[in-house]
Amino acid sequence: MLSNITIGQYFPGTSFIHRLDPRTKILLTVMLIVCIFVSKGFMGFALIALFMLFCAKLSRISLKFIIRGLKPIAFIVSFTFILNLFLGAGTDVIWEWGVLSITKQGVRNAVYMAVRLVLLVTGTQLLTLTTSPIALTDGLERLFSPFKKIGFPAHELAMMMSIALRFIPTLIEETEKITKAQKARGADFESGNLLKRAKAMLPLLIPLFVGSFRRADDLAMAMEARCYRGGNGRTKMNPLTFAKIDLIAAGVFTALFAAIIVLNIFGIF
Amino acid sequence: MSDREYVIKAENLSFRYEGAERYAVDHVNLEVEKGEFLAVLGRNGSGKSTLGKLFNALIEPTEGTLTVCGMECKTEDDAFAIRQKCGMVFQNPDNQLVATIVEEDVAFGPENLGIASEEIRRRVRWALETVGMLEYRKNAPHLLSGGQKQRVAIAGVIAMKPEIIVFDESTSMLDPIGREEVMRVAKQLNRENGVTVVWITHFMEEAAQADRIAVVHNGSIAMADTPKKIFSKGQALKAFGLETPDMSYLAQELRSAGIMISDEIITVEEMEVELCRYKSNT
Ligand SMILES: Nc1ncnc2c1ncn2[C@@H]1O[C@H](COP(=O)(O)OP(=O)(O)OP(=O)(O)O)[C@@H](O)[C@H]1O
Ligand SMILES: [Mg+2]
Repeated sequence: MLSNITIGQYFPGTSFIHRLDPRTKILLTVMLIVCIFVSKGFMGFALIALFMLFCAKLSRISLKFIIRGLKPIAFIVSFTFILNLFLGAGTDVIWEWGVLSITKQGVRNAVYMAVRLVLLVTGTQLLTLTTSPIALTDGLERLFSPFKKIGFPAHELAMMMSIALRFIPTLIEETEKITKAQKARGADFESGNLLKRAKAMLPLLIPLFVGSFRRADDLAMAMEARCYRGGNGRTKMNPLTFAKIDLIAAGVFTALFAAIIVLNIFGIF
Repeated sequence: MSDREYVIKAENLSFRYEGAERYAVDHVNLEVEKGEFLAVLGRNGSGKSTLGKLFNALIEPTEGTLTVCGMECKTEDDAFAIRQKCGMVFQNPDNQLVATIVEEDVAFGPENLGIASEEIRRRVRWALETVGMLEYRKNAPHLLSGGQKQRVAIAGVIAMKPEIIVFDESTSMLDPIGREEVMRVAKQLNRENGVTVVWITHFMEEAAQADRIAVVHNGSIAMADTPKKIFSKGQALKAFGLETPDMSYLAQELRSAGIMISDEIITVEEMEVELCRYKSNT
């Protein structure tokens, strides 16, 4: 049951988008998020949505897959939509009932906010679907490495992230093993109220915790034995390099960015 | 006799864990020859792992001296240099792999050494090929079997081109097939690549395959000799909490019953040959 969870939901491939340097993809995703939030009208959103569709097509990831990824946020989207709908300020009242009222501006705000959320998640999904977790951590490490000078632990954070990624499946496996062992001894995780179930989980969590500490100890020793002493003086088997395709992607993206700004300036909604 | 070259030389080597009363390694004198396959045998808590960690400079001696490939561990830099020359493979296959992809894990050591990217790629390929795991290079480690994980761990060590590898009970959590795989790779590295192997174990059958066995008891080296000589001393072994292999035991029993066959028998095959020889002689 637990092992069905995929972390980072990476979708392997060799498309143009897949081959981009992770740094390019991270930076462009950040820019895209900025675009989503500065866009003030329908045209801007349409443009961004079209661009995302284009990226999805390029990366050969089926739309079904992306839409499925939106399901977890359906509740949040509807919630913000309703909140904005009824509590939006404005003067053009369309409908009123007691303290509740819907205004024209309220409707617009609600729709825009929902669209923004959907676009935001789709954009980040495009990043995580086309970039392996290792490439992602690598990219983040390199992007943040200039801040090492002021004491930002870029290498340490990246190392922690990749160790976490390495051990999540192992710990899930262990949890399943312990669950089975406890069930065989008559433990009941399914019935009773929340408190009761939480209590039943305790004998599961304690061995897991103790086990993790032992693992951490072992791993630290194994890393030291293999000459690990932090990020200084380390090289990489596959160092990140910007290539022509990164330039092309940046160019295309700049065009999109410029279009959004122009739309905003001229007030074309 | 020609001059022997020793890669590990311990003189009165002692180590005491902080707060412990007694020495975990107690005035050990031991020399390991270059290219040797040395088994370190001893029961639980006898100090085998502590000895291994000393060789790998994971801990520093409390007393005595230890030279590994001509180096003594005095500073952090010494430790770094020693770990490069003397690699270590641990017991738990799940707790010594760092990366989410086999290839990346093998590259971890060389990356720490600051080797150029191209050379790392060459070494990783060579290391995975040597342990027979090249086809799994893009796999996630957690999907491999125990024996395969251990072989990846070995690849990670040999990619650093060490002269010595310490295996600390690296087969004890594996099934018989995995155990066989790992032992085979270790022997191959020893024979074909001239790597000195220190094989820590409590399995008699594994120790029997070594060039020499050092029996550790309460932190000291109780005996150090060839497997045949060691196993012929059944009574002494028992005192150190160790069982003799079945055939050695049988040979000793037969001898005490008056059937004077050789006392240096370990395997069933050797017993068969020896019994046939004995029968044709009488
Ligand atoms: N971190 C530690 N702190 C204190 N004492 C320790 C520590 N590790 C081991 N010891 C003690 O040192 C002694 C030797 O331990 P060591 O782990 O070297 O034995 P071993 O031969 O490897 O045993 P095993 O077969 O169980 O692996 C034991 O008495 C043990 O209790
Ligand atoms: Mg041990």
